[in-house]
Amino acid sequence: MEISVRGLWTMIHGMGFGALYLMACSGALVELRRRYGSPQGPEIKEADEKFLRVYLTVMAVLAWLTVLTGAYVIYPWYRAVPPPGTANLASFPQRLLMSRPSTAAWHSIGMEWKEHIAWLVPISITMAAAVFSRYRRSLRVHAELCAAVLGFVWISLLAAGVAGLFGAMLDKNAPVNGGPTITLVRGEQK
Amino acid sequence: MSASATQAKPNPNGAGAAAVLAAGIGSLAVAVLSILADKAGSIKSLMNFYKPTGPLSGVTSCAILIWLAAWIVLHFRWRTRQIPSRFNTAALMLLFLGLLLTFPPIADLF
Repeated sequence: MEISVRGLWTMIHGMGFGALYLMACSGALVELRRRYGSPQGPEIKEADEKFLRVYLTVMAVLAWLTVLTGAYVIYPWYRAVPPPGTANLASFPQRLLMSRPSTAAWHSIGMEWKEHIAWLVPISITMAAAVFSRYRRSLRVHAELCAAVLGFVWISLLAAGVAGLFGAMLDKNAPVNGGPTITLVRGEQK
Repeated sequence: MSASATQAKPNPNGAGAAAVLAAGIGSLAVAVLSILADKAGSIKSLMNFYKPTGPLSGVTSCAILIWLAAWIVLHFRWRTRQIPSRFNTAALMLLFLGLLLTFPPIADLF
């Protein structure tokens, strides 16, 4: 059982940071809506408030790690230019996708959208974490502010979903692979 | 301080409104800068901050700077004030516009 270094980074970026953000986002939406969405919501304990503050901050860190590893670790491998005359484009995912009409749109729509929409996520969730840290339970009496924060978190979920979906489909059609190989488990030959 | 006392005298919403509006501005900046870098060759090469990543590095770095600058400026102007809710609505509209403009078929209309 082996994995390439590039494959491992892609997994850390998508299935580690990105997928964890997506799962955490639904929890944040439920908590924010249930506890802070109305002035007559359930009683808020100090410990719950502290937990949500840490939770949102961790989400912001995850969102930044996702976009930074995507843009500065994986994207350069994705958009690498092959030397002239290269016949096998397996190590050049962007060029591989663009070489066939049936896959070109995965780049021209999928990657072009993913690489930009993903950046709305850390901006939105960093704002949500900062606003929550400042207002905490008094966010309940600022209904319009709470609604705006919830709106941004919803859009961050949508944006992360779009980026994640296209990331998975791009990797299916033209995986980012290569570099040294890491052997995870050595199996027996039969 | 009890929860009810906190609710009776809430902080002014200015700092929160500043953060929300700045996030809307930052989101729109990502989309607008990406369109500019795509359409104008000179801007594209100007945005090439880190060659392996290409213009995306400059587009996103500039958008983050715009977002943070807007946040700082608005924060110091609004932090002690009560800001009308229309600014939150405007921020959500900027975010939604940013979301639409990042979609390539729409960005290609310009």
